[in-house]
Amino acid sequence: MTITDPSAPDRVPPTPSHTVGPFYGYALPFRGGEEIAPLGHPDTITVHGYVLDGEGAPLPDALIELWGPRPDGTVPHVDGSRRRDPATGGHLGRNGVEFTGWGRVQTDADGHWYARTLRPGARGRNAPYLSVCVFARGLLVHLFTRIYLPGDEAALAADPLLTRVGDRRDTLIAAEEADGAYRFDIRLQGEGETVFLEFE
Amino acid sequence: MPLTQADVDREIAAAHAAYEKRVADGAPVEHHPRRDYAPYRSSVLRHPKRPLVAIDTSRDPDLVELHSPAFGERDLAEADNDLTRQHTGEPIGERITVSGRLLDRHGRPVRGQLIEIWQANSAGRYAHRREQHDAPLDPNFTGAGRALTDAEGRYHFTTVQPGPYPWRNHVGAWRPAHIHFSVFGSAFTQRLVTQMYFPNDPLFPYDPILQSVTDDAARQRLVATYDHSLSVPEFSLGYHWDIVLDGPAATWTEEGR
Ligand SMILES: [Fe+3]
Repeated sequence: MTITDPSAPDRVPPTPSHTVGPFYGYALPFRGGEEIAPLGHPDTITVHGYVLDGEGAPLPDALIELWGPRPDGTVPHVDGSRRRDPATGGHLGRNGVEFTGWGRVQTDADGHWYARTLRPGARGRNAPYLSVCVFARGLLVHLFTRIYLPGDEAALAADPLLTRVGDRRDTLIAAEEADGAYRFDIRLQGEGETVFLEFE
Repeated sequence: MPLTQADVDREIAAAHAAYEKRVADGAPVEHHPRRDYAPYRSSVLRHPKRPLVAIDTSRDPDLVELHSPAFGERDLAEADNDLTRQHTGEPIGERITVSGRLLDRHGRPVRGQLIEIWQANSAGRYAHRREQHDAPLDPNFTGAGRALTDAEGRYHFTTVQPGPYPWRNHVGAWRPAHIHFSVFGSAFTQRLVTQMYFPNDPLFPYDPILQSVTDDAARQRLVATYDHSLSVPEFSLGYHWDIVLDGPAATWTEEGR
């Protein structure tokens, strides 16, 4: 059954997930997908890391999406992440000024990814975080996780998720590096497996 | 020893039987694949072994995951949803029209959201540099498209029928013809990447990716319906495929669009 009757009283059954597969690379990634922060914005941060499998091998074909609020904690509802040129049909990308909050980056041949975005602000009781969605060949359903930034220990200690996951919380908190970048590795399986989330 | 289709068939049957037994014993219906589905060999080292941590979204309206990235008209070019008009010449193959509605679990339309598709050409070849299958490339077909859903949640693509293609999961592995879909909902929690299949494909029982959806009814929802009213006279054959997003979302009034 693929034609859905929205008048049915019960909840409509969902469309199953499938893997993104190996061949999305010419369709989903786009130039500037990892440059989420407006050019020269003073609140820009760099986050980066590796995506690793159960043997610690890097994934050269993982796709990462990042989604986060503005530094003041408000959520942008701004389109234009992947603008197209109406004249040529080609790719224009972001306009360099507006912040859409969303970006997409494919891991490189070494399994490494990076993105530049704005430092997220806190929302409600939660410590500031970026939401992350991971796709890959071999992954039949994408995985959600979060990147929390170190620094405000009081906020991290009060965060509802971090307090629940006990000693696994370190897998959710990026490591600040000497140059101000934040390192966040994603381990899909095994030793130091990243905490992944489901939403109900 | 190389993995044969017979080996994979046995594993698929065992996973299916185990699922049927779980449901018969009272376990809930599983609408999605399990991430640890061994017949699809790439899944073995790429799924978490620890249980996911559940977040009750009804208790925290501040979660950024309850909002979705926004997309608009400026994110699309005029021919983005017509994959047959992206080059100077006509692509080879049977032209098809694919249309349907994007809905949430309550059957409500998801409006103004982005749907991206990608697919092999009519010979079963992707325009991807790492693709090894030696079927011909089509200089007039890239196989990537984008559309925004309209006020009723409807989307519309014109493309060519993709071909099946071999892959390296096991000896003699062939993927049934499919179109990949990437979909955004009204909340990031509803994010979905999936694949649409065509009716009556003889490769269905052999494909560990399709069979990873062990629930028979759920698997059927990945197969489009031939819809003669969508066929364009003298031009294309029509397929109807509705997409229903899982995951919690903001309520209708909160979302406001
Ligand atoms: Fe494919």
